[in-house]
Amino acid sequence: MGINLVSRGSRLASFDPVDFPRPSPRDEQWRFSPLADLAKLYDAALSSHVVTRVSSPLPAGVTAETVSLGHPAVGLTPAPGDRIAAAAWAASDDATLITLNGTNAEDLTVVRLTGGDGTETAQASASHLVVLAKANARGSVVLEHSGLAYLAQGVEIVLEEGADITVVVLHDWAAGSIHAASHRATLGKEAHLKYVSVALGGSLVRVTAELQLKGDGGNLEALGINLTDTGQHHETQLFVDHSGRNCRSRATYKGALLGPTAHSVWVGDVLIRAGAEGTDSYEENRNLVLAKDARADSVPNLEIATGRIGGAGHASATGRFDQEQLFYLQARGIPEDLARSLVVHAFFAELIGRIGLKDVAAALVTAVDAKLDQQRNSHA
Amino acid sequence: MTKLEIRDLHVSVDTPEGVKPILKGVNLTVASGQTHAIMGPNGSGKSTLAYCLAGHPKYLVTSGSVSLEGEDLLAMSVDQRARAGLFLAMQYPVEVPGVTVANFLRTAKTAVSGQAPPLRTWVRQVGQAMDALRFDREFAERSVNEGFSGGEKKRHEILQMELLEPKIAILDETDSGLDVDALRVVSEGVNRAQAATGAGIMLITHYTRILEYIKPDFVHVFVDGRIAEEGGPDLATRLEAEGYDRFLSAV
Repeated sequence: MGINLVSRGSRLASFDPVDFPRPSPRDEQWRFSPLADLAKLYDAALSSHVVTRVSSPLPAGVTAETVSLGHPAVGLTPAPGDRIAAAAWAASDDATLITLNGTNAEDLTVVRLTGGDGTETAQASASHLVVLAKANARGSVVLEHSGLAYLAQGVEIVLEEGADITVVVLHDWAAGSIHAASHRATLGKEAHLKYVSVALGGSLVRVTAELQLKGDGGNLEALGINLTDTGQHHETQLFVDHSGRNCRSRATYKGALLGPTAHSVWVGDVLIRAGAEGTDSYEENRNLVLAKDARADSVPNLEIATGRIGGAGHASATGRFDQEQLFYLQARGIPEDLARSLVVHAFFAELIGRIGLKDVAAALVTAVDAKLDQQRNSHA
Repeated sequence: MTKLEIRDLHVSVDTPEGVKPILKGVNLTVASGQTHAIMGPNGSGKSTLAYCLAGHPKYLVTSGSVSLEGEDLLAMSVDQRARAGLFLAMQYPVEVPGVTVANFLRTAKTAVSGQAPPLRTWVRQVGQAMDALRFDREFAERSVNEGFSGGEKKRHEILQMELLEPKIAILDETDSGLDVDALRVVSEGVNRAQAATGAGIMLITHYTRILEYIKPDFVHVFVDGRIAEEGGPDLATRLEAEGYDRFLSAV
């Protein structure tokens, strides 16, 4: 458990980047992050070099439009919680607004953000996306990132009363990409959000997920996966904020560190505010380290301001796939690459199964395979 | 007819105090259908021989040769040795969290036989082998060796021997930590596997107890990194009566 002298709920939030001091390694929220790389996003002017495309045709009840930041559906979630998130807001000319008002949970809307093809150097860019689920809406959104980019991004997810949606965010950037995302979600009464964040590619992917259970009876399921190789930094700063009564939250993040110097960070803050009676919350982070010098930082924080809760807990564990395990599997005829793949797949299988969307889960298994292949070839 | 031939094998291990020789010229031939008991006091190098033959990276072969069916075993990787027909039932099987026994067994069988076993026959075969070893079928869905008792780990090792059908099986102190009932069940599994496949067996043990259930054709006494005496089953009987002191004082 980290020691927080100040409540997580009182941390500065603002739409104006100058309200935030320049990030420093002494700040709790930045201390694990490679600031020299992130400076590309908080010191530079941000343009809009990343292209956003929405799949078509859209499922019934789904609309996609480009709107101004002044649109009533934009800015409904809390203000940005750090300088890069505020910079992303300030530099965005407009927002992509996906409105879900369908009835089928498996109807998939795919949003693709694409950076450059690597022939030119990446330019620091900003982007803002809003997913608005109308009352009692059902549906799923997959947000994919690929190509080479330096991106500061805001993603708002708003669930009105009774909405029940899945949002999967896949970070499969090309090597060299630097991405700081601010995911901000608000759940209304009896809303259910399944939120999935996957980091595979990029040199640096830092996701701040501030997920608010505001209405009573809300249900949040947050799932995270990272496969981190040599030269990659994958970071999650999670903040589950309970203010509604009788809400349930489950956060399960799993990471595999594949190569030496791979670095992953998971900071999981859960705040149960004074009014959040009947809260039932659990968060866990598990890491599998497959390389000697890889590093997984894992810090769960639980802050409870009411005694009238159903339950609150956390777990964090880091295991190693070591030489003895490898020897055991090889001694049964299983080649080294297959042994590693077997262990990594087993590690993620249950979590991928919980995503619920068959095609997305299958694509994810394929992506994990591709990542393992790529890792194998790069170290061969 | 398969033959494992060990010739003048010298093996060292890296320790914090420097390179330490453990095996000092081992000569041994194990052929199909034969059972060789390797007996000896603790620290004599019996387990080193087992792990070295399986290819554990900790051990360094400094001289000598090992061939399996005429092929140079020492030139093969760990998994190649297994696919060539060598099996090591380990004294301390390793936990592999997340990987289920069912998945592990199917993957291993596919690897050693070069093709995936037909699913329905395979599931039945695994179930029957588990039943015969009195190894609860629910273990199929548990992670490999995770939270297994000592006896369950040994049953799991012999289950693998039965299913993977090796040509030569090395059993490293499979009897350690087993009560009489478990010892009998596990030994029956070994005998069953040998009867079915005609495997050659190298049975490493400190005690003669397991030899009541698995009858050796040859007994080798291992002392200070080499075979000090060899004989038939009667040698085990003598060791039972006399212990290893005779050999130790000679060193």
